[in-house]
Parts: sequence; structure tokens; C-alpha cells
Amino acid sequence: MAASLTNNTTYLSHLPTTASLPPSAIHLLDTAIISFNKIPGSAILLRYIRSSYQNDPIRSLVELFLVIFAVRYLLAPAYSTKKVKNVPLTEEEIDELVDDWTPEALTSEQTDFERLEGERRPVIVGPAGPKAKLAGSGRMVVNLASYNHYNFADNPDLKAKAIQTVRTYGVGPCSPPGFYGTQDVHMKSEADIAMHLGMPACIIYAQSFSTISSMLPAFSKRGDVIVADKACNFPIRKGLQISRSTVRWFEHNDMEDLERVLQRVVKEGQGKPLTRRFIVTEGLFECVGDMVDLPKLVELKMRYKFRIILDETWSYGVLGRTGRGVTEQQNVDPMQVDMIVGGLAGALASGGGFCASSKEVVEHQRLSAAAYTYSAALPALLATTASETVALLQERPEYIMNLRENTKAMRGQLDPRSEWIRCTSSPENPVLILVFKDQHIQDRGLTIADQESVLQDCVDESLANGVLVTRLKSMPVPLGVSGKDAAKEWRPRPGLKVCVSSALSKKETEAAGKVVRHAITSVMKGRKWQSGRAGQ
Amino acid sequence: MPIRTLNHFATISPSSTTTTTEIISEKEPIYIETRETVAPKKAFRPRFSIPFAGSPKTPRTAEIAPPQTRLEPPSQPAFRPPSPQIPTLSLPTINLTSAQGEQSKMEDMSKPLTLFQPPTPAEARRRAKAHAAFGPLGSKQHLYTSQFTGTEFPEPIEDEPPYYFLITTYISYLILIIFGHVRDFFGKRFKAENYKHLRANDGYAPLYSDFDNFYIRRLQLRINDCFRRPVTGVPGRFITLLDRTSDDFNLSFKLTGTTTETLNMSSYNYLGFAQADGECADAAEQSIKKYGISFCSSRADIGTSDLHLDVERQVANFVGKEAASIHSMGFVTNASVFPALVGKGCLLISDQLNHASIRFGARVSGAVIDMFKHNDMSDLERVLRERISQGQPRTHRPWRKILVAVEGLYSMEGTMCNLPGLVALKRRYKFALYVDEAHSIGALGPHGRGVCDYFGIDPKEIDILMGTFTKSFGANGGYICADRAIVDKIRATNAGTIFGEAPTPAVLTQITTSLKIISGDIAPGQGEERLQRLAFNSRYVRLGLKRLGFICYGHDDSPIIPLLLYHPAKIPAFSREMLKRKISVVVVGYPATPLISSRVRLCVSAAHTKDDLDRLLAACDQAGDVLQLKFSSGVAGGQEPPVAIEGALPGQKAEPEEVERSCLEIGGGVPVMPPRWKLADVIKRGVADVKQPLY
Ligand SMILES: Cc1ncc(COP(=O)(O)O)c(C=O)c1O
Repeated sequence: MAASLTNNTTYLSHLPTTASLPPSAIHLLDTAIISFNKIPGSAILLRYIRSSYQNDPIRSLVELFLVIFAVRYLLAPAYSTKKVKNVPLTEEEIDELVDDWTPEALTSEQTDFERLEGERRPVIVGPAGPKAKLAGSGRMVVNLASYNHYNFADNPDLKAKAIQTVRTYGVGPCSPPGFYGTQDVHMKSEADIAMHLGMPACIIYAQSFSTISSMLPAFSKRGDVIVADKACNFPIRKGLQISRSTVRWFEHNDMEDLERVLQRVVKEGQGKPLTRRFIVTEGLFECVGDMVDLPKLVELKMRYKFRIILDETWSYGVLGRTGRGVTEQQNVDPMQVDMIVGGLAGALASGGGFCASSKEVVEHQRLSAAAYTYSAALPALLATTASETVALLQERPEYIMNLRENTKAMRGQLDPRSEWIRCTSSPENPVLILVFKDQHIQDRGLTIADQESVLQDCVDESLANGVLVTRLKSMPVPLGVSGKDAAKEWRPRPGLKVCVSSALSKKETEAAGKVVRHAITSVMKGRKWQSGRAGQ
Repeated sequence: MPIRTLNHFATISPSSTTTTTEIISEKEPIYIETRETVAPKKAFRPRFSIPFAGSPKTPRTAEIAPPQTRLEPPSQPAFRPPSPQIPTLSLPTINLTSAQGEQSKMEDMSKPLTLFQPPTPAEARRRAKAHAAFGPLGSKQHLYTSQFTGTEFPEPIEDEPPYYFLITTYISYLILIIFGHVRDFFGKRFKAENYKHLRANDGYAPLYSDFDNFYIRRLQLRINDCFRRPVTGVPGRFITLLDRTSDDFNLSFKLTGTTTETLNMSSYNYLGFAQADGECADAAEQSIKKYGISFCSSRADIGTSDLHLDVERQVANFVGKEAASIHSMGFVTNASVFPALVGKGCLLISDQLNHASIRFGARVSGAVIDMFKHNDMSDLERVLRERISQGQPRTHRPWRKILVAVEGLYSMEGTMCNLPGLVALKRRYKFALYVDEAHSIGALGPHGRGVCDYFGIDPKEIDILMGTFTKSFGANGGYICADRAIVDKIRATNAGTIFGEAPTPAVLTQITTSLKIISGDIAPGQGEERLQRLAFNSRYVRLGLKRLGFICYGHDDSPIIPLLLYHPAKIPAFSREMLKRKISVVVVGYPATPLISSRVRLCVSAAHTKDDLDRLLAACDQAGDVLQLKFSSGVAGGQEPPVAIEGALPGQKAEPEEVERSCLEIGGGVPVMPPRWKLADVIKRGVADVKQPLY
């Protein structure tokens, strides 16, 4: 110790400034210098600094700054920009701000319309068949509101099979499909649906609504381009949002506009790395009811090298001779459509949705579609029901023929005869969407909200006369979005929804159609809406 | 190009065995095999074994025998897993259980007369089937109440393996990745056909990026046989797997047409309501007859029946909230409710490990999303302070609302949320609290009412309680419970209610019936028994695994028990070892977990009997030896109490454990010994020790 001290005093005595330092500081410097000397190469550095200092002190100062800057730069956190934005606050200030902060109520008050709708929502006792019993009054009404078009939901054979399934599988599978939730019945339904559609493979999701919004983000990522129809339904919109892809809209069912958009996308993509490109549209549009022009779509897709994702939730089980959907209806080879998404919860009276495509596409979803991977599998009894109903549609085409007949009969009662409304659905669609004619909307100056109220009155009036129909529901507006922004979004036109059933006779269907027509007329002619807006 | 399987361990099969009988279980004799090839318990274990270097188990019989304690065979005893047969087939026993889902029939045959008569073959078959879904209770001893006791909710202690294991884990991944890339490199050149889907083709970009696909192609494909095993029948106490083989290296599988009945440690069947007979199935049958198969409509249209209203009322009652709204899928419940609660100008703070559905909903909502470290209340407080004081980004306006979303019980970690801590923070920071009780409802608390029940916290303190029916209730779908005004608003504005299909009649009746059973309205006593069996079983397995020397994550009362494997090669190896012993388990690795903490997740059910759990422990014990999985250091519990060597009295046990625990808390005066109990001791002591407050 003493030796090192003496050693260093000599060392430091070279520098004149050290004389004024207290001994403890000198001691500290000593040890620092000694340890510095021990580092290999330190001698070279020292020599360098000493000579440069002697030659050009300014230069060594600049160099020192450079070194410090480099060290600081290297040590700086990668995302330091985030921190910079924060206003520096003391703990007391934060406490004060916390005390001052008052959150809004978790949800806002229900609007009057929402409350009314909730109160008037019909509650059904027993099966939702073509004739349904209402809770409360116990009245039997004609049910033109559920998608149970063939009344498979109350078919005794199917019910017996469902009970049998419960007796062998229980009700829930208690696991996601990846972890022992894939039952043989699921595999069978998947194979049955794939076979029915004429696609190589199929995957079943546990809820129809969740299918496309999970399946889209599994394929389309940030940077990919999706060209979608403006009238696409709500789950598709959510899927687009989650995928973070670039979305381009084309006018509803306007193939020329679609072509323009495709051309633009291709042009923009030139010279850049190739990204995935999709066209997303529906078979039968949920919000409008009309049908896609699939042959044209396939032609465009081939020309511009896009992949088609077709949502057949409302067309599968309904269109075509055996219910295969648009591909059968319009004679398109299903293999030319890349992915077909469909629902089993409607006409097929089961539950869940599916995506049919090539084997690779299906397998990819099993690992990367959130609603499949992270949710329990479909109950076994619904899987077997789907298999059975798919078979029934193929074996007994009369179901679909009856439905067509009744649809025609119903339409005949409504579209040409009513002076107030017109039907936007395609003639094959058993879900008739009825909207007010433009002329009446203008005459009476009905806003969208007004139209919804009028339609709700029509629904109530029709129910009072023994026919249950429903309204096309508007899409929920995201919270916190201003009215102006919301108005820019495409919104479906308010409409009535009349779902035809093949289980009713033609006479019954026509009678029910008449009731609906008269209900609309009496509401439109009634005092409340006579002079335009209610209360004016 | 041959793909080598990773599982070099799987080739070891139990060698020649001699069978001795020793009764450890109180119900039926369990056959114990003596396996010469396995090294004795306290034997020297090689510090370095190379994870990929073939069989580590050369006979090492020459090593020191363990100190002879009691009447024990000199070498390591190991259970041969009894085949999953139904005990009642061979010998009729007295049923003490009331929870076996055959109430009506039980009533008239439980008179003493039938006790001594072998049942008719048809009756025996029926009972065998029922018991395969829900095992009979072996003893009243096998019950426990799941409830939080104490004041401070402890963080679970996370044990860590020796560094050696961590390093070799990384090396394993490195080797796998290098191999994958080498094979890709050559494959893309010489077998371009197989890589077609990864390259731009005819003007179409590839559907999946090569990078994302690498993991699936090169890592997961090797162990694909451990995932998505197809099953049939009821996923109850046992689950029947459809056997399958692959002749293209796991690219595709062929069913062989045979089945294997395995002990089910994989389904979320916490209360054992996955049954094909009993009250629930009877009621489901009736409701299909009465209501049909489906309502074919959404709730907002005409998909509302009296059944729905009934379920909503019951669920709200059960959870302890004013109102409830139900959906046909738990995932969509989360995915559509968040957008109805928060939006632009709102902040959503989410636990780092929240479920995919919460993240989905959060992203759809458009709110600003922040995260805090899993279950770390101080980190949550930090985030809250920073966010509240800074306000919205850029504008610095105050937040409109702040919603904190947590899960009651985390399905990959087995940890519960720190509800007392959250409620305390909520009082200070005025945020709204959303608890996803998907796994905790039914599974926790003395009355099965979830985390609030478990912690004794009034559900009114929590704004939104969400849960699913998929797990404990054996049904499908999800619910959301809150004050009536909130539920009414959500019902009018969330997309799931407006567009999603309504739950089906059979599912609804399954929910009502199971809820009624839990609350004792029908089949009194059965619900309570189910709850207490689950609580006992959960603690029993966890204690057993810890004592055997495994590292488990999570809280003591959690029915989800993640057992850590670490090495990627051990993921398939463990799964296959268990399958060989007719037990089905869920193994998870990256990307579902962090890279190094691959694990097997055991889900305990009320349907399991203690013998089933002993069988599981025995299998884990064997697999743990073969795969070198016993590397706990003892800090997380499972210590060998000093009296254990003299052996014997289970009653004495509480004390030393407590002493040791308190020492641990003080700062570890007691040297922590790695627990490596003998299986027989674990089983012998388990029942009594499980009920101690801490272990
Ligand atoms: C925390 C959590 N929330 C929601 C869900 C989704 O529930 P379901 O399987 O009913 O869709 C799960 C299921 O895995 C979950 O663990």
C-alpha cells in the first residue's frame, strides 16, 4: 500500500494541479491510475493522449467529445423517442392528476330506440319453426324471421340423431380443437362439407360469425392488399381491420369499378415486391340480399392475379340445385374460388362456420386463425347435425325446390304489389330484404334513424297480425368515433327482413306475405308517420 | 429425405419386470413393478447429458442403494399404470359418491341389498360407461375447499432449473434451427416441388411467408403427432383417442381404426360435467325434444327464447351481478364486448399474458392499448400513473375511460390474478376492471363462483365479469355479467349479440342444469362434492409433482398445473411417454410459451379419482426419470420434512413444513434441499398433507 502510494505521488507530481487536491482524492486517483495501467494496451493509449495533448490540445478535446458522444449514442435506449414526449412530472403532481381524473361512465345510457327495441324483442318458447309460440301471450305466430328455411331445426329424425350424439359425446367438447377437442364427428363434417362443395378440404369454426373475421387475418397481413365490396358484412369488416392490410373498396357489385380498382392496385404494385392480393366479397350479400357475379369475378381474378375469398354465409345451403351455393348456382368450378367461407348456423340448422379451400390453406388456419386455435370446438351434436343436413340437401332436392317456390310466392306478394317498398334481394334469396322506395324517403324526409323507427313499427304491426318478421340490423358504430366520420362509412340501407320457409305451404306463405304488406301500408298511412317525421 | 424424430427416449420401453404387490391405495391393489434398469432414487445423476445423444439410461444398478427405511423393495418402485379399466367391472365397491351423474338410478339401487350382488352385465356396462366419464369418489378424505386464506396474496415462487438446462435448451433450438435452414437450403435446390407454396407462383405471392412458415415446417412438423390428436366420445375422466399413423413424417395422418382409452389430463372439464348421462345429458335430451336443435337466428333478431332468459338470470345470480348476457362462443364474447365498452380516447390496460380473444377485442375496439407485466401489481401501478398523468398521446387530453383487463386464472401459467391487489388499485385509480373468468368460473372458490368467491371479494367491486361455459360447465359459449344498465347497453351495441348466432337449446340446458347442480338446487350434495373433489385433486397433483422434484408454475389451488420441460426435445418425448402409459396430456412450446419454458399442461378434473391421480404421478415419476425432468431446487415447496425419515405419522407433518416455509420467507436460514421424494411416500403422505395451509 505504502509502496503504491509513494509510487504514485511521483506519478502525479508531474502534473501541477494535483498539489491542491486533498490526500484522499489523490489516493483515489492513484488507485484508478494503477488499475488503468494494468489494462493491456493502456500504455499505448497514454502515450497517444500525451503526445496529442502536447501537439494539439484542441484536437484531443474534440476527440474526447467524439468518444463521449459515441458512448452515449451506443448506450441510448432504442426507443428513447417515446420517453421524450412525456411531460416530466413529480410524484406529487402525478398524485394530483390521478385525484383529478374522473372517468366517464363505462357505458352510456341506452337510447330510447335501443330500449324500445329491447323491450319489444320477441321471446320464443319452443322451437323456432315456421310457427312459433311467443312467451307471455302464448300466441302462435307465423315465423318469417329465422333462417330455419327448411325447418331442419325441428326435424324429428335430426333431433333423434342429435340426442344420440349427446348420449355418446356429451354436450361440449371442453377443449380447443388443437388440444384433444377434434372429435371424429368434426372430421366427418369437415369431409362432408368439403365433398359437398367440391373442394379438397374444409375447417369448421365454432361460430359462424367468428369465421371470416379470424380467417382473413390468418392470410392477409400488413402490406398485403385486399379489394373488398363496399357492402360487405360486419364480420368481414372486422377481419379487414384486424389484418392491418391495405383495403381498397369497390362499389357494391360493380364489376367495372372492381376492374378499375384492380388495375390501380396492380399499377401501384409495379416495381415493388409482390404482395398477397385478395378480393373479398359475399355470395349473397347479408346487407343487401343480391348476388355476386361470380363468373366475371373469376375472370378478373385470373387476369389480375388476385385470390378470391368468398363469404357464402348466406348462400351456402340455399343456392344451387343441392345447396352448394353460388358456385353451383352460376356454374363456376369451386376450385377457381380460392377460399369459400360459409355458415352452418342458418339454413343448415346447426352451428358454426367453415372455410373450404385447398389442404394447405386449411391446415394453415388450424394454427393461425385465432377463433379456431384459441376457442373450444363445436359441440358434437351440432357437427353431426351439419353432416346430416348437408346429406339431406343432396338427397332430397325438393327441400330447395319448395323453398324457391315459396320465395317466389312471397316476393309476388311484396315487391310488385306494395307501393311503399321494393325488394333488393336476388330472386333466389329466401331472405327478402325490403327497403323503402327512394321517392317516399325523399317525400317524407326520412333519415336513416327515422327509417329504422318506421320499420320497427312495421315489424310490430306485422307481429300484432300474427306474422313475425325482423329488421336488418345496422352495424354498431365504433365508440368514440364522431358522427361525421361515421357518416363516411358505408351503411346498409334500413330494411325489413322476411325469411321464407319451405315448411309452410304456398297458401300460408302468401297469406303471411299479405299481412306484411298490409302492415307496411298501415304504418306508412298511419297518423304517426303520415306527415313525415314522427312528432312533427 | 429422412426426418429423424427428436424422440430418442421413446425407444426405451420398460424392460423385464418383476411384479410385487403392495397396497398403497386404499381402494384397490396397485401393482408395483420393480424395474432393474432404473437407477435408485438418490443415486448419482450425471451432470452433463447431451440432449440429443440417444439413451441416457444405461444400467446403473451398482450405485448406492438408498437408506433402507421401511418395508420397501430395495430398488425404485414404479407403477405400471393400470389399464384404464373401470374398477367396478371387476369388483363392485361401495359408492360413497353422490356426484356420478346417475342420480335417479342411484336412488333405488343404493340400498344395502345391491352392495353385495354383482350387477347385471347391462347394468355393469352402463356404470362402466358412466364411470369412464366421471369416476366415483374413493373416500371422503379426498375433498378440500378451494378458498383463499391469509391476508397477503403470495406471488407463486417460480423455480428455475440449473443453468446447464437453460443453456442446453438454447443449444437445442439452435441446432434445430440450423438443421432446418440447412434442409431448406438443399430442399429448395433439389426438391423445389415441395417448396412451391412458399414462392411466388404465376404472379401470385406466396400465401404464407417463408419466415413465418419456418417454425411450423421445421420445428412443429416433427412433433405434430402430439397435437390435434383426434378423439371420440365423452372427454370426461377418460378420453378415447383414435389411433393414427403417419407415413410421410407427420405431414398427414391415417387413422388405423383402433382406439385407445387414456386418462384425460387435457380437457378443461374442471367439474366433470362432460358426461353423456346423468342430469345434464338427460336435460339436454329433453330440451332438444322440446326446442329443437338450433334457433337459427341471432339474439337481436328472434334468437331469444325463454331458455336464454333463464340462463341469463341464473348466470347473473351465480356470479353475483345484476344481469348477464350470453353468446354462443367465449372468444366472440371478448372479441365483441371490448368494442362495446371502449373506443377512441379510451385506454385499455391488459395483462401481458391475456388470452388471444381479449387481444382480438382490444384491437378491434380502437382504444389505446398498454400492457403490464403478468400479475405484477407494481408494474400496473406504474403504467396507470404514467398514463393517467400524461393523458392521451399527443393531445394530452384526459382519458375518457380506462379499462384494465385480466384473467381470473391463466390457462398457460396456472396463476390467478391478484384480485385483492387489483381492487385496491382500482379504488385509487378509478379504472374499470374486466375479469375474464373463462377458466376460474366453476373451478375456484368454495362455491365455484370464481375468483371473487375464492378471495372473498364482493363481485360488485368488479365492473365486468366475463366467463365461458366451455370449461367447467361442459357446454359452449360465453357470458358477460355487470350492472343491469351496462348489460342492457352492451346487448344493444355489441356485434356478437346483433350478428352472432344464438346459443342452441342443448347447450343452454347443459348450462342451467350444471349451474343448478353446483348451487345444490338439484341433486343436493353433488355440486359441493364436485367442487371439493376438484380442489383436492388440484392440490394433490401439484403437491405430488413438487415432491417428486418437478418444477410447476402457478398457484396452489389452481386446477391447471404447468409442468416445465424446457428442452424442445422433451416436448414430444414427454407426450409420447405419457401416451405409452395411456395418459393424454397437452404439451405446449414456443410460440405459445417463451422459447425456453416449454411445458406440459395438466388439467385436473373433479371426475378424476385419487387412483387416477396416483397413476398420473407414477407415470410422471417414470417419465421424469427417463427424461431428466426432476430439477426443482426446492424453493417452490415440496420439501422433505425432517420427520419424514423416521417416517410415518401423517398427522405430525404440518409443523416442520410451516417452520420451513417461514424460514424461507425470512430469508432462507434452512438449507433448501431439492425435493426428490419416492413415489410411495408421495402417495402415502399426499392425502393428509394436501390439506395443510401451505406446502
Ligand atoms: C381466458 C379465455 N377467454 C376466452 C376463451 C374463449 O372461450 P371459448 O373457448 O368458449 O371460445 C378462452 C378459452 O380458451 C380463455 O382461456
